[in-house]
Amino acid sequence: MNSASKSNTSSSIISAMFRNQIFIPLAALLILAVFNLIMDPSFFKVTLGHNSNGDPILSGNIISIIDCGSELAILAIGMTLVTAASRGQDISVGAAIAIGGSVVLRVLCGTNSRPDEIQAPIIVAFLVCCLVTMACGAFNGILVSIFKIQPMVATLILFTAGRSIAAWINNNELPEVRDATFSYFGGLIPGIPIPTPFFIAIACFILIFLVLKFTTLGLYVQSVGINEQTSRLNGLNPAFIKFITYVILGLCVAVASLIKVSRLGSINYSVIAKDIEMDAILAVALGGNALGGGKFNISASILGAYVIQFLTTTLYKFQVQSDALPAYKAVVVIALVVLSAPIVREKIASLFKKFRPQGAELKS
Amino acid sequence: MQDRSLLEMRGINKSFPGVMALRNVDFTLREGEIHALMGENGAGKSTLIKVLTGVHIKDSGDIFIKGHNVPVHIHSPQEAQNLGISTVYQEISLCPNLSVAENIFIGRGKGATVNWREMNRKADELLSSLDIGVKANQQLASCSIAVQQMVAIARAVDMECSVLILDEPTSSLDESEVAKLFKLMRDLKARGVGIIFVTHFLDQVYEVCDRITVLRDGQLVGEYEIEKLPRVQLVSKMLGKELDDMADIKNDSPSFNETKNEIVYEAENLCSSEGIKPFNFRIRKGEVNGFTGLLGSGRSECVRAIFGADKVTSGTVWVDGKQVNISKPIDAMKNGIAYLAEDRKRDGIVGDLSVRDNIILALQVKKGFFRPFSKAQATKFADEYIKLLDIKTASVNTPIKSLSGGNQQKVILGRWLLTHPKYLILDEPTRGIDVGTKVDIQKLVLKLASEGMSITFISSETDEMLRTCSRLLVMRDRKLVGELKGDQLTQNTIMNTIAGGEQN
Repeated sequence: MNSASKSNTSSSIISAMFRNQIFIPLAALLILAVFNLIMDPSFFKVTLGHNSNGDPILSGNIISIIDCGSELAILAIGMTLVTAASRGQDISVGAAIAIGGSVVLRVLCGTNSRPDEIQAPIIVAFLVCCLVTMACGAFNGILVSIFKIQPMVATLILFTAGRSIAAWINNNELPEVRDATFSYFGGLIPGIPIPTPFFIAIACFILIFLVLKFTTLGLYVQSVGINEQTSRLNGLNPAFIKFITYVILGLCVAVASLIKVSRLGSINYSVIAKDIEMDAILAVALGGNALGGGKFNISASILGAYVIQFLTTTLYKFQVQSDALPAYKAVVVIALVVLSAPIVREKIASLFKKFRPQGAELKS
Repeated sequence: MQDRSLLEMRGINKSFPGVMALRNVDFTLREGEIHALMGENGAGKSTLIKVLTGVHIKDSGDIFIKGHNVPVHIHSPQEAQNLGISTVYQEISLCPNLSVAENIFIGRGKGATVNWREMNRKADELLSSLDIGVKANQQLASCSIAVQQMVAIARAVDMECSVLILDEPTSSLDESEVAKLFKLMRDLKARGVGIIFVTHFLDQVYEVCDRITVLRDGQLVGEYEIEKLPRVQLVSKMLGKELDDMADIKNDSPSFNETKNEIVYEAENLCSSEGIKPFNFRIRKGEVNGFTGLLGSGRSECVRAIFGADKVTSGTVWVDGKQVNISKPIDAMKNGIAYLAEDRKRDGIVGDLSVRDNIILALQVKKGFFRPFSKAQATKFADEYIKLLDIKTASVNTPIKSLSGGNQQKVILGRWLLTHPKYLILDEPTRGIDVGTKVDIQKLVLKLASEGMSITFISSETDEMLRTCSRLLVMRDRKLVGELKGDQLTQNTIMNTIAGGEQN
């Protein structure tokens, strides 16, 4: 291989890389990592300690990122599918988490809001929570797919009402669950030093990849999102496919709400998972997925979710005041979103193409 | 400028990148005349209208308007309006949430204030003078489409238009509404307004118009008085075939036995929500037949009803002699029917998906949700049809939208062939693609038929259908009006049947 064609392949690799969707969240992650490495290498320090019960526990910024980013990453899965199929976003996931969390606590506590022992197995509580949040998803899904209401408007209903419904489920009391097993889901399982939410998230990732591999969900969702008419003429039922993505998001919400309430053992209806819907949408956008629907890449969205968490943790580390945090975040997010816009990526990619030596045109 | 002319367009040229949309076109509109502008799609009707209304700027040529001594230049719709040229489009361009009176006067007030009572009074006066049965304070959305269209016309009339352009105003109206509209048009004509009427419906042209201008391929074919142009002549002028030099093309291809081969598909009184009259249809194994008729005659709607693409409202259907229920596309697919839609962009391609995904889509849906093809299997299918149909694409991963029109069409064709249908419906498979591909597709149709597939082939180009079909079903005004086969398959008989019985 001569040098000209070598530089040709390398520049086409670079240009292909820029065109690849996962490039932006990956690059963002890398830049954040390098930035922290230069500013303060101790950012990456992970120490093994013991908590008050004497169980081993890993602590450090990295651990807190993979811990706290879990709910967001799980939600990003469902949000990606909803975005791709219905060309819009579900803004009610935060409120739905409040409902789901409230249901979990209600089932665990029974009639007494602060029982000494849980009144039902955790698995039952979780399954009931799944049913309820999937019903919330189905409600949104029906509004969007059957009544053809814009997703954001349709989900605005639950967004507005959700937290009151959550409070109503527990008669506006603040239940508390002090069961040790229950705290495993949002905390640590004794003997395992890595936070459980991380494992739950991994399980969700594996599950969705298996679903995408062994069903045609990916193909159907994308074709419905790109061209509904054509999809219908090819035998698909676009309304049903949109509906099902909202139900899947409902399931993601159930998992996220279990983690959320398990972290505290309690719930604050107006604060739990606040603004998480916006972060979930942002994760989808950071992953380079078009918010106008169509093609999607779940891994990129998941990575996007961790980028957001990485960013938040970094800002905390540099002692940005918590009320100034959103402003800093916004600046970084604007930069990332502009960079991940297809038009910008295309431009950068073609810039690299220009440097290619003469006579090495792309085969067309 | 002649005495009675309201408007004269002389030597209009207009080109878009790559095409000459109008070439040296003349058009004259006289006082108190309803003038039909006819031509098939792409003939240049809409470009001419848009030049006249200032949407497009002409490259060269002159436009004269009565009352102006020098040629006028029209750069915007606003300028056209000031010159007394008003347009009512097929889609209503009024505000449905406002009242009728508001719609008539919107954007025309002089000061900042509105005298509502005065406005409603004026509107009522105008509406009653035009005999439009609607109250000025009624909300527009509550009126029927026909009334909305008439309100749009009333607005145009009140702005003292002398030239009124009606662009396909009747396509969404029923018969009684059309009659009302025609009455209004005749009233306006009596007042001396010149009306340019664009439509695909021949019957309507012969009902109201005084004169016809025919365009074809961006050029003027001629201007005719209605009495002097029989329908057959009009059709032949629109299609660009002279009546005499057509006898030589003769269909000699599909050699299938018309009575012996079993019937693959049969429908009785099939009717869809798209306004076609119920029709009967059957096709035998190995047969190639076609629906013909002018645009808007309902030929696509017929095949869409067969495939269940539109809402089927009535009819009984048999596939292979067994009665089946086809109400949505998947039902048709499961019965071995495939349908290549007319509008490739809207109903055919999934633009951002790869060539591979586009090819396997229909078969994958047929196979089922829990049985996806492996990537290797999908690539094998795609490669097979890329080779078979000679599709020019960089790879199977290329998004289909970056392919040329002809290659996109082949991908869609490949998608349906992959489902191995026994009955294939091709609706305008050759539109907008290059000549080489057109020939390829026709050859393929005949080859598939000889292998036993039944095919319905629709094309705007009659000679393509003559070359491939052994039987033609003729549509006019959304009704099946004739069936031609054997010796009847000549351009002359087809045109006569399309044009209809009354040879005026």
